Amino acid sequence: MDVQAIINILQAGVATGTVLLFATIGELFAERSGVMNLGVEGMMLIGAMSGFSVAIKTGNPWLGVLAAMIAAGLLSQVHAFITITLQGDQVVSGLALTFLGAGISLVLGEGLSKAGTVSLLSSFSVPLLSQIPLLGPIFFTDQSVMVYIGYFFIPLSWYYINRTRPGMHLRAIGEYPAAADALGINIYVLRYFYVFVGGLLAGLAGATISLAISPGWFSELTTSGQGWIAVGLVIFAQWDPLRAAFGAYTFGALRRLILDIQGPTMLLGFANPFYYNPYWGFFLQMLPYAFTIIVLVIGSREATRKRVGAPAALGIPYIRGERGH
Amino acid sequence: MSETPSTSKSENRSRPFRLQIEPRLSQPPGWFPAIVSVGAVVIALIIGGVLIAVAGGDPLRSYIHIAKASFGNIGVLSDAIVKATPILLTSLACCIAFRMRLWNIGAEGQFIMGAFGASAVVLIPLLPGDASPWLFIPAMMLAGMVAGAIWGMIPGLLKAHLNVNEIISTLMMNYIAISWINFFVFAVWSEGGFQMTRKFAQNAWLPRLLDYSKEIPLFRGLTTHMGLLIGILAAVILWFIIYRSRWGYEIRLIGDNPRAAQYAGINIKRNIVLVMMVSGALAGLGGMSEVSGVVHRLQTSPLAAGYGFTGIIVAWLAKLNPLVAILVSILFGALILAGREIQPSGVPKMIQGIILVCLIASDFLLRYRIHFVHAEKED
Repeated sequence: MDVQAIINILQAGVATGTVLLFATIGELFAERSGVMNLGVEGMMLIGAMSGFSVAIKTGNPWLGVLAAMIAAGLLSQVHAFITITLQGDQVVSGLALTFLGAGISLVLGEGLSKAGTVSLLSSFSVPLLSQIPLLGPIFFTDQSVMVYIGYFFIPLSWYYINRTRPGMHLRAIGEYPAAADALGINIYVLRYFYVFVGGLLAGLAGATISLAISPGWFSELTTSGQGWIAVGLVIFAQWDPLRAAFGAYTFGALRRLILDIQGPTMLLGFANPFYYNPYWGFFLQMLPYAFTIIVLVIGSREATRKRVGAPAALGIPYIRGERGH
Repeated sequence: MSETPSTSKSENRSRPFRLQIEPRLSQPPGWFPAIVSVGAVVIALIIGGVLIAVAGGDPLRSYIHIAKASFGNIGVLSDAIVKATPILLTSLACCIAFRMRLWNIGAEGQFIMGAFGASAVVLIPLLPGDASPWLFIPAMMLAGMVAGAIWGMIPGLLKAHLNVNEIISTLMMNYIAISWINFFVFAVWSEGGFQMTRKFAQNAWLPRLLDYSKEIPLFRGLTTHMGLLIGILAAVILWFIIYRSRWGYEIRLIGDNPRAAQYAGINIKRNIVLVMMVSGALAGLGGMSEVSGVVHRLQTSPLAAGYGFTGIIVAWLAKLNPLVAILVSILFGALILAGREIQPSGVPKMIQGIILVCLIASDFLLRYRIHFVHAEKED
């Protein structure tokens, strides 16, 4: 394994991490407003399925992306209705959403895996930027357009949450909804909106898989638990988009490393044990999931130490006039 | 909830009546939650039917097919019960954890590890191959429960001492469990390079009804196995633990009001670990029952079939009551059995999702009363 191989892995890792980036920041918006949505996996599946399906039927991948976002956004509103209007339990409703999304995408995606080829979202290199040593090949060479959208998206979402007026309202309804209500902010409408934003972005993440990063529809294996990893990353990120981006790209690189490490016969000058014992691959496959748990441990410890934590009203339905939050 | 002043939402003023919603001040009568749940399931089936029609299927034929394929005669009823057995045990695992509001989503992984533990007794082997089934079966049950309990204990310890969100950690443990048994199925215990281990000898099988068909001809071909009895027994014991024991009272108190439980001197951390272990052990017992009663070998696909996730829905539909879970799991066993023949193949999963969504939505009716108020009667 030489420098070029490592660059290749990181380059592919950035692409893979873009999926997690969209899903994580989407969930981050919903949780900042006080609604935890555990249905990210289901919304991503719906997005991946409908994006791929529409792209095949119309021949236009951008219509696919649009369909993916709308479909997942609509699904998210089921969760919004149950948790915001009906004040149902956010944990159980989010789980139900995962079942629902997985089930619907399996039913409507039947036969889609052999439906034929689809024109994918384009990839290109950025002039000048791709010439930067090390960073250029990793971040700006031959990446999907989705990856570049992701780059813009990180500072934008940070700026929106921390520096704009609507972003301040978003933080207010997640931290102290009663005070926000007294200021005339419509908590119900805003929570619906941010759950919808979470859905749109989960759909975008799904379409990024099925139309760009690993094209196709492979039923539940399409996402293989990335929606859940995204939910875990939000906790690790302490509800901050910049940390979320860091986590997403790191995880992307880890996933790629696991896929690629079994290829070469030599590893750092030694015989590659993963090449000669292919079954050790099963232990490699555990790593992203084990790593998610480790990341949660780090995130929780740091949160306790720094006294930062989840939005105070996370998981609590807002009932006007009720004492407490 | 009882302290809240009544909130109301008014429909458009020009309508002849409006909906008024107010919190219930008293418990609704005992039959009411059951009616609401049944209503929610009926509505879920209607919504599911619409979606089946959208996907190009015939909903009515699908449902008739489900009913026939699961309750049509004693043979298929027995098959439905076989499918219900693992679901019953995983739903019990969810019942006790959810009662404490401990979101163990990892019954799937604990179930798989239970199957692994039970298989290890046969395949390592921990017992001589010709040992009596009276030795084999209890040893496998114990190994399955221990493996499941360990798999539940890890997220329990992380939750209790490091405040790690158990939803994510239990879920991640599911994926790890699948890779874990894959390693053994593919590499260590693979039979002739196939993705399964050798078939267990008969002394490691749970007795089935068809084993007694010589004495009772009615049992011919019926594959219902002793796992059902294990499950029912576990449900009864669990009901007594949750509703009639001091420990069960602690679990319910922590679930309903953790602060009060803490003031009452209940050790919450210890209970988190204990409940996760019991929950994991129940799911692990389910894995043992499936591997020893049905599959008779360690193999990934028939074991990692989503029983742990269905258990979540069954537990919720049973309102976390272990005895009700027996009945509900048989209904879901039937749904899964029949679903194998239905096209498109995702239908059972989708219907499970819709049922769960409708159930959670219907909880609203248990907490609030809805009146129709006629406009003339208002000032």
